[in-house]
Amino acid sequence: MRGLLRSSMVLRWMLAALGLVVVLSIVQGLARPETTDLLSAGTAESTLRRAVPILLAGLGGIWAERAGVVNIGLEGMMVLGTWFGAWGALEFGPWWGMAFGIAGGACGGLLHAVATVGFGVDHIISGVAVNIIAPATARFLSREFFAGRPGGGLTQSPRVESVGSVDLPFVSGGDLFGWTTPDLFGWIDDQGWFLVSDTAALLSGITQSVSWATVVALALVPISVFLLWRTPIGLRIRASGEHPVAADSLGVNVYRMKFTAVVVSGGLAGFGGAFIAIEQTGIYRENQVQGRGFIGLATVIFGNWQPAGAFLGSLLFGFADALQLRDRTAVHALLLLIGVALAALAIRAVVQRRVRPAALLAVASASVLCWYAVTEEVVSELPPITPHVATLLVLVFATSRLRMPAGVGLRYRRGQE
Amino acid sequence: MTVKSSPTPVVELTGITKRFPGVVANDRVDLRVAEGEIHAVVGENGAGKSTLMKILYGMQSADEGRMQVNGSEVRFSSPAEAIDAGIGMVHQHFMLADNLTVLENVVLGAEPTRRGTIDRRSAHRDLEELGRSYGLDLHPDDLVETLEVGERQRVEIIKVLYRGARVLILDEPTAVLVPQEVEELFRNLRELKSQGHTIIFIDHKLAEVLAIADTITVLRQGRTVTTVDSSEVTAQELAELMVGSELPAPSTEPRASDEHVMLSMQGLSVADADGRSAVDAVNLDVHRGEIVGVAGVEGNGQGELIEAVLGLRPTSGGDLLLDGESMAGWPVRRRREAGIGYVPEDRHRRGLLPDAPLWENAMLGHQTQPPYARGPWLNRSGAREATTRIVSSFDVRTPGIDTSARALSGGNQQKLVIGREMQAGPRMLVAAHPTRGIDVGAQAAVWENLRTARRDGLAVLLVSADLEELIGLADRLVVMLRGRIVAELDPATTTPRLLGGHMTGAAGEATDDEGRTP
Amino acid sequence: MTLRRIALALAAPVCAFAISIALSSLVLLAVGTSPLEAWLEMLSYGSRLETLVETGNRATQLYLAGIAVAIGFRMNLFNIGVEGQYVLAAMLAAAAGGAVDLPPILHVTLIMVVAMAVGSSFAGVAGYLKVSRGVHEVISTIMLNAVALGLTGFLLRSWLLDEADTTLNMMTPEIPPSGRFPNLNGVVEGLSREITRGRELWGFLLVAILVGVLFHLFLSRTRAGYDLRATGLNPFAAEASGVHPSSTVVRAMLLSGAVAGLIGLPEILGDAHKYDLNFTQGLGFAGIAVALIGRNHAVGVGIAALLFGWLDSAAPILDVVGDTPREIVSILQGVVVLSAVVAFEVVSRIRRATEARDAAEATLPTVAATDGSPS
Repeated sequence: MRGLLRSSMVLRWMLAALGLVVVLSIVQGLARPETTDLLSAGTAESTLRRAVPILLAGLGGIWAERAGVVNIGLEGMMVLGTWFGAWGALEFGPWWGMAFGIAGGACGGLLHAVATVGFGVDHIISGVAVNIIAPATARFLSREFFAGRPGGGLTQSPRVESVGSVDLPFVSGGDLFGWTTPDLFGWIDDQGWFLVSDTAALLSGITQSVSWATVVALALVPISVFLLWRTPIGLRIRASGEHPVAADSLGVNVYRMKFTAVVVSGGLAGFGGAFIAIEQTGIYRENQVQGRGFIGLATVIFGNWQPAGAFLGSLLFGFADALQLRDRTAVHALLLLIGVALAALAIRAVVQRRVRPAALLAVASASVLCWYAVTEEVVSELPPITPHVATLLVLVFATSRLRMPAGVGLRYRRGQE
Repeated sequence: MTVKSSPTPVVELTGITKRFPGVVANDRVDLRVAEGEIHAVVGENGAGKSTLMKILYGMQSADEGRMQVNGSEVRFSSPAEAIDAGIGMVHQHFMLADNLTVLENVVLGAEPTRRGTIDRRSAHRDLEELGRSYGLDLHPDDLVETLEVGERQRVEIIKVLYRGARVLILDEPTAVLVPQEVEELFRNLRELKSQGHTIIFIDHKLAEVLAIADTITVLRQGRTVTTVDSSEVTAQELAELMVGSELPAPSTEPRASDEHVMLSMQGLSVADADGRSAVDAVNLDVHRGEIVGVAGVEGNGQGELIEAVLGLRPTSGGDLLLDGESMAGWPVRRRREAGIGYVPEDRHRRGLLPDAPLWENAMLGHQTQPPYARGPWLNRSGAREATTRIVSSFDVRTPGIDTSARALSGGNQQKLVIGREMQAGPRMLVAAHPTRGIDVGAQAAVWENLRTARRDGLAVLLVSADLEELIGLADRLVVMLRGRIVAELDPATTTPRLLGGHMTGAAGEATDDEGRTP
Repeated sequence: MTLRRIALALAAPVCAFAISIALSSLVLLAVGTSPLEAWLEMLSYGSRLETLVETGNRATQLYLAGIAVAIGFRMNLFNIGVEGQYVLAAMLAAAAGGAVDLPPILHVTLIMVVAMAVGSSFAGVAGYLKVSRGVHEVISTIMLNAVALGLTGFLLRSWLLDEADTTLNMMTPEIPPSGRFPNLNGVVEGLSREITRGRELWGFLLVAILVGVLFHLFLSRTRAGYDLRATGLNPFAAEASGVHPSSTVVRAMLLSGAVAGLIGLPEILGDAHKYDLNFTQGLGFAGIAVALIGRNHAVGVGIAALLFGWLDSAAPILDVVGDTPREIVSILQGVVVLSAVVAFEVVSRIRRATEARDAAEATLPTVAATDGSPS
């Protein structure tokens, strides 16, 4: 029965994704003269690139919270990831950078684990402490290791190389044994067929010059699912987060499970940090994490503590991020999108005969559409806060559907109930 | 009665001693369990049964004493070691993760693997196999949160069997079950026994113990009193062994109540989280100087009823009158100020601030009134004086009033709670399980306090699971079943059997009329 | 008993500080500089009057931030959003102060009221979401921080800029002298010597002290404060005692936000007289650290604020003399926070155990009595 539920969920996800593309196409069609960036290969590519660090932070959050430990230290662990990532990339090459970033983040995770699991410190408090220590450490290390180098300084590293990228053969013109395959999606995109071309553009964006690190990060979604839901250690970790006393009574070493999960959590966040430094910007710069750890935490909630859900959340936030970077007018068109989406929700509420939500949504939709109609551009401060507002809205309107692990945030001491 | 000695004990504990700060939970306890028997360990609350079992199961370690399993000396430092030795435990509070499936809960810690992953297929097979051979009916893929209490217990038993346990410890397994489920459980236990398993069964319901056990060990105040063959002992004799000679049995005294209705529930209904009626159109009056006892198997709406009276839970219908005045729309604070005292079911959860000093705990619930407050300000000296008075007149044993409530023993915490409610001079007292989990001395003191207050005209609504407490203290008894009052009984004429019949619904409609007092 | 309690209470922060000094010294040794030299350098620079004035100013802001956080902590509410609340409040208060011209005391009062109202209402959003929709305040305040900073930038850029300003420094119109807070240099100079280098000890220090005193009185002497603490210690028991849980949560958030609104004012009223891009940010997060080390107690937070303030003020000397990186001070601060919370946890466990033993001793006579009775 559970399996059935899962597969129907997969179906639902796919339908939802398809629906999203349709809506995007329509909006893109409406906004055509103004912008072409709402649904272009470039936007898709950028969305994916922006989504990866958020996704990694989100996966980190899931690992920790599934084991019952709240990790608001993700932000600090990502900061450690950026510094160690850049340093490792500089010293030994980009892949080593990734490895060092992961290790740096894992050290942050270890610190959090020692405090929360070992000493029973409140999870939030320990997370805050990690977030204070991490930037201080990064600053100190920058001074020691980057300051003297060409291009480096107190707040930034010299430029670092990226790990390289790949095009998918046959569909995006990737090389196969030295032979350049046709760029199918690119060709369809150029034809300008409604919906079909848009979809092709999207697919082309996410299959063309994809960073190898992105490939690894995306693979971590099914890998996390596999490890947490299919292996003994995953079951033990989840049991430790749901009901630690029960797990302990069956001989599970709850402390070790929580430790493992939190260190993995830190490692994932560190990977996310390293990705920012090595792949996104090609440089370590102070404050470049910019709250992505917190957004990652938001995707955990957004995705209902499921890796696939966090992935979806990270794509949404990555999309908002990507649009803002590419084109101000695209952001303006985004208002149209939001307006249409709200209207759709309003109609659904009407169908379900929920009067008040319907009215609220209708009003919201109308005001967003008005905003779109009367303005030319969106204020530049709006896009960066959209992920945060979206998370708040999810929390406000969908709390009852969220199912967080029962033991999250509890201090667990063996032998005490 | 002869002390039973089996030639081949599968479990033998000798001279087990376990001390907690200030308490000796087990004092040189001996226990010999023969292979293939159902061995009951009985004793009152606080007799040391659970501690002994936790030691046997490796959850706690003994300070002194020897443990032998199958003739060889053992020392468990974790449940895992006990499991390896073939001992399993079914806990009173189920150790199940709600958000995991039955299968996941069962295999946890002993997962069958195939190439590094959990081998669900073989686990599935094993579970069904186990279920079939012991008559334990379960669906491995159900989420535990969807299961009924009896089903959860079966998951617990399967969990233990799955690990190959030959010795099963069950900690008060019937406490949470309705009679049919108890029947079913006993059937399962006999089946297990017939297949050669040994069962150690903790309980304090004597009828059940006599029905199922082969051998009975009685503990009292942390010591072994005796071990007897169940066929050679009566319930009366067992009761005496359990409580010793001095039974602080509550006894009724002449009625002090008058016609003045202090609390009146008129068609009171309370909805639970799912919108179903947890309390269903209850009509009940509590008079001045009267103790009204509410009996019932736990979870039949008693908790919700009390919370509705206190204003902690909204009502979904009917009216509540205090001294003739409707309390509709009154917040908790107004009800407390109007003179409703509250002794909560779980003092740790609802009754105390564990990390605050006693004098701050004494004002909890009365913080808006003298002597604890003066206008918007706290009256610290007044509060401290009042606390000192409570401590001395209710015999709260504490180093001082600056000690944290957490540091006190359960009995002393409860005396503090009762003391603070009585000291405030309430008109109406709502008490839930006032003597649960406290020692005999404190229990007697609490009962005495309630009787005194009743003599002075206090109206008391008493919810309890302890039938003797109910029968001994109450002037009138009502029985709640599935949110309704199904019977009203006179404690002077009722018997535990009659009461039990109504509580479980076994009495049905037919006996309903018999039991009702005219 | 009381002596032991005090000793235990002091043990944790002292240990934490010692551990942090030791760890940072190790770090300095690892990078090849002399820790002793660095600490001595900081001590000698840090004991000069000008540094102490700096310390006082910095501590004023940190203290307000710490108290704002502590109000929430005292009832287990984590107001991570102090950061956003104070920046938005400071900007709007500065704008309000620059827009009007009022008699001296009234003008300052207006600025303070605006700041407190803004901080309060922004924090109130998180409180409202918690009680009405069950949104955990940690998540909502983190999200609202981003919203507050975005809003600050937007409002400043769109409507509140100083029209007369020709530089690219985005700022609000300057507050006229009637809306400024006098400094305390006179007092200090009366006690000591003249303060050089144009340093001023901000008069807002007195407001901060007043806030601390009120905070302490509120918690320990008023019914409302008791309700708040009780909710923090055990929300279920507090509810049964008649505390309305939702309104207490909202009230605590409003209070916390109101104090948060004051954090930026020492700087705006005492020094900058406007909000611009140089406005000090990050104090909200530092406030969390200060509250944690100070154990959410009015005096403890004060000591922590002075410690952090001093460290911040004395650190710059390291850049001037010797080759010790001044960032070591940030590491030191971070480690102090973590080791302090761990130490508090350990100490409270020890305290509970000793208390339980004491209480058990008090009951021992009865155990003996029941044991002695014939059975």
